[in-house]
Amino acid sequence: MISSDLSIILPEIALAIFAMVALIVAVYTAKDKLAPMLTWLTAAVFVILAFWIGTGSDSTRVAFEGAFVDDGFARFAKVTILLSAAAVLVMSLDYLEKRDLLRFEYPLLIALAAVGMMVMVSAGDLMALYMGLELQSLSLYVVASLRRDSAKSTEAGLKYFVLGALSSGLLLYGASLTYGFAGTTLFAGIIEAAGNEPSLGLIFGLVFLISGFAFKVSAAPFHMWTPDVYEGSPTPVTAFFATAPKVAAMALFARVVHDAFGGNVGDWQQIVAFLAVVSMFLGAIAAIGQTNIKRLMAYSSIAHMGFALMGLAAGTAFGVQAMLIYMAIYVTMNIGTFAFILSMERDGRPVTDIASLKMYSRSEPLKALAMLVLLFSLAGVPPMVGFFGKFYVLRAAYDAGLAWLAIAGVVASVIGAFYYLRIVYFMYFGETEEPLDGQMSPALWAALMVSAAVMVFGVVNLFGIEPLAAAAAETLVN
Amino acid sequence: MDNLLSITTFIPLLAAAILALFLRGDDEAAQRNAKWVAMIATVATFVVSLFILFGFDPQNTGFQFVEEAEWLLGLQYKMGVDGISILFVMLTTFLMPLVIWSAWDVKVRVKEYMIAFLVLETLMLGVFMALDLVLFYLFFEAGLIPMFLIIGIWGGKDRIYAAFKFFLYTFLGSVLMLVAMVGMFADAGTTDITALLTHNFGSEDFSVLGIHIVGGMQTILWIAFFASFAVKMPMWPVHTWLPDAHVQAPTAGSVVLAAILLKMGGYGFLRFSLPMFPVASEVMAPLVFWMSAIAIVYTSLVALVQEDMKKLIAYSSVAHMGYVTMGIFAANQQGIDGAIFQMLSHGFISGALFLCVGVIYDRMHTREIDAYGGLVNRMPAYALIFMFFTMANVGLPGTSGFIGEFLTLMGIFKVNTWVAAFATSGVILSAAYALWLYRRVVMGDLIKESLKAITDMTRREKLIFAPLVVMTLLLGVYPALVLDIIGPSVEALIGQVDMAQAAHATANQIAAQ
Repeated sequence: MISSDLSIILPEIALAIFAMVALIVAVYTAKDKLAPMLTWLTAAVFVILAFWIGTGSDSTRVAFEGAFVDDGFARFAKVTILLSAAAVLVMSLDYLEKRDLLRFEYPLLIALAAVGMMVMVSAGDLMALYMGLELQSLSLYVVASLRRDSAKSTEAGLKYFVLGALSSGLLLYGASLTYGFAGTTLFAGIIEAAGNEPSLGLIFGLVFLISGFAFKVSAAPFHMWTPDVYEGSPTPVTAFFATAPKVAAMALFARVVHDAFGGNVGDWQQIVAFLAVVSMFLGAIAAIGQTNIKRLMAYSSIAHMGFALMGLAAGTAFGVQAMLIYMAIYVTMNIGTFAFILSMERDGRPVTDIASLKMYSRSEPLKALAMLVLLFSLAGVPPMVGFFGKFYVLRAAYDAGLAWLAIAGVVASVIGAFYYLRIVYFMYFGETEEPLDGQMSPALWAALMVSAAVMVFGVVNLFGIEPLAAAAAETLVN
Repeated sequence: MDNLLSITTFIPLLAAAILALFLRGDDEAAQRNAKWVAMIATVATFVVSLFILFGFDPQNTGFQFVEEAEWLLGLQYKMGVDGISILFVMLTTFLMPLVIWSAWDVKVRVKEYMIAFLVLETLMLGVFMALDLVLFYLFFEAGLIPMFLIIGIWGGKDRIYAAFKFFLYTFLGSVLMLVAMVGMFADAGTTDITALLTHNFGSEDFSVLGIHIVGGMQTILWIAFFASFAVKMPMWPVHTWLPDAHVQAPTAGSVVLAAILLKMGGYGFLRFSLPMFPVASEVMAPLVFWMSAIAIVYTSLVALVQEDMKKLIAYSSVAHMGYVTMGIFAANQQGIDGAIFQMLSHGFISGALFLCVGVIYDRMHTREIDAYGGLVNRMPAYALIFMFFTMANVGLPGTSGFIGEFLTLMGIFKVNTWVAAFATSGVILSAAYALWLYRRVVMGDLIKESLKAITDMTRREKLIFAPLVVMTLLLGVYPALVLDIIGPSVEALIGQVDMAQAAHATANQIAAQ
């Protein structure tokens, strides 16, 4: 019994043990001198785990009497999380080293956050859910204030912590209401207790749970922390925030609304649709005035979460599939974009002002072109892959009878196109200014180019991600 | 060959990729290479496209040279041409070498310039050949990117404003079309255009939010498509992006914009709005008629007072596109024949007019009409060619401009006499602004000091105009060349539309009883 349970959760255990052993070794030996090696090692472990999970069993297995679910959906999310976390780790090496920020705790905290995220997406029980979520959040609070001597970075960490605690409180309150009215914390039990006519208490629980998730995915109106935390954290940490945790939180969101409240689509559909609309418009409009590219990417991620939520709002298997595809595309785009942002330097100092990109295309035509592709992809202009992400969620929303949501979404995407175009404008049309530094570490260069190439060549068949996402969605919604 | 259409479409893209990957440096040799690669690619595209034209059977009203392959999400990669689209394909492949040639003197970022035009050609060809809804949208929308860059990088003084306006205006129009496409996909279960052409979209009236919608689902979809194509066309009152874009775009960009990109709107009406939503087209036709008539008269009047040559020609384009929309929704043989003819002829004439402006702009670097006068004294060849295309623009019999205008007016006359009468006044107005422009720029004495040293057209410039003159004359005196190809397909289209409209009318009668 217990051994079969443990075999199911083995990847998580392996990663947790790795993080703890590495921590002890590093503390008692060379400490920060080991950091570059540890970063590479952690990234390698992530990739190996992703490979292991991706090629492992394709059945649905349940451990600990339902508290932990290992199904196709969880595996899809885990592979996305691990691969994107590995990419961000490798990308951050150069930046952190140059600024003397590369402490050995950094990769290990990321590893622990990854454990938390893996538990989140596999949670089949409110307790497991909360454990995973807190493990992830606590690690992230710390890495947000990685630059201890910078007021902005500590502020980011503190803000994230206080608001995160508040949202955890909301979530716990929702969980306790749900437990009180359903009599169980297991999703399988909750869905039975809720039936088709859930009691008022359960609805309240659901609303509080969703509020907590909305905070984690930074959907408006729970987005307030995002721009400040994105701006204040060191850029590699921002890149991390924008990728893996978003996938995890989104997957968790989908897991709870489908596994625990799958019988009450009508009850949560309107909330999710509301979150989607508000996020899309807020993200699109508020980003227009931004001059700091990190803040701009924060609002951009809010808008993108709105689109992903549109898929979720459909409440169908196709909606979940659309959401998974959207998230995978979103993560790929963001890795490339942040690789570029990480390389924005003048005289070795990082710059984040988008006006500093003036006429970037003249000094660095190839990188500017790659960035151009990514920006149009973020804006959702075909033939870039970003368009297909939008097409999937629009289709899902329309099929679910949410045509108004689809129309609102496309209008928001036009508004949003403006600020991506503005960056293109600086890179291609502006006047020449003092140019940014030309060199870029090979890892960043590769991340940028691969990500841009994926955006262009994905038009052929999205690299076969469609059937995988479909299969993953099937296991969640049935 | 089975893949003739794909080969035609992707030759320019291949050339663009070669330029992007293998051409280094920005010295004179690299610039020359870039221009020659672009030239060879566009000429090769034209040659290959000739095989399509000669292999095309006008009597077959279905799609020919069809290619099919599976794509994502039940979408298809499906290409094909019929009598309606083939001549747009030919127009594109015919004009692109001339466009590249006209850009021979560009000195700034030549490689990128050529890449932008090559990519644009692929996308434009794709629009006219795509037989899948989403594939069409992909090509249609992606064309915004190179054009945005062409205006923004190589444009005039206010290029930034124009580029943003161009992009956001057209983007907003087309995303509504995207939602409609998603709706059609959901309704018909396919995005195959051949299947959608025979699919019967719901036309029963219904009410939304207390508004009674005649034509039901069809009308909603029709409006969404209209939002996109009317902006692209452009129709009054959503035409305001066009003068800005034209004035700021470089000459070659203006030529492509006027000669080919605008035709996508008209093509869209013919491919989607009319055959797929016949009932809605009937319901909305009066709106289109009056919008077109207003466009013809109003923009002609606006053209009259312009002080910038390019702006004047841009407004004249809007007026000429008014005939096209009117003809299409008249939905009879003369109307649609005339609309297609007018689009092709406008492709040659407006392209040539923008080139004419480009010729003197390259010399004097101003487009102000007041800065010129008496050019005939120093530039006789230019005066002749400009005269020819001014006359063609006015619609002088014997030039292709006449046929298009005459046929569309005849088509609309059969349907709505008042609109026809109103629109015909545009013929006089167009003569007024075009001839007045000609008088102010070319005629009179050469007084201005700055013009004393101006030189006549070079041989390259003359040669660029030669094919355009030939086509304008040829189509003017022998229109059957075009009408024979488009005729049968147009006839089939009208038959289908009439049948659907009649069926709807009968259904309504039965319901009324």
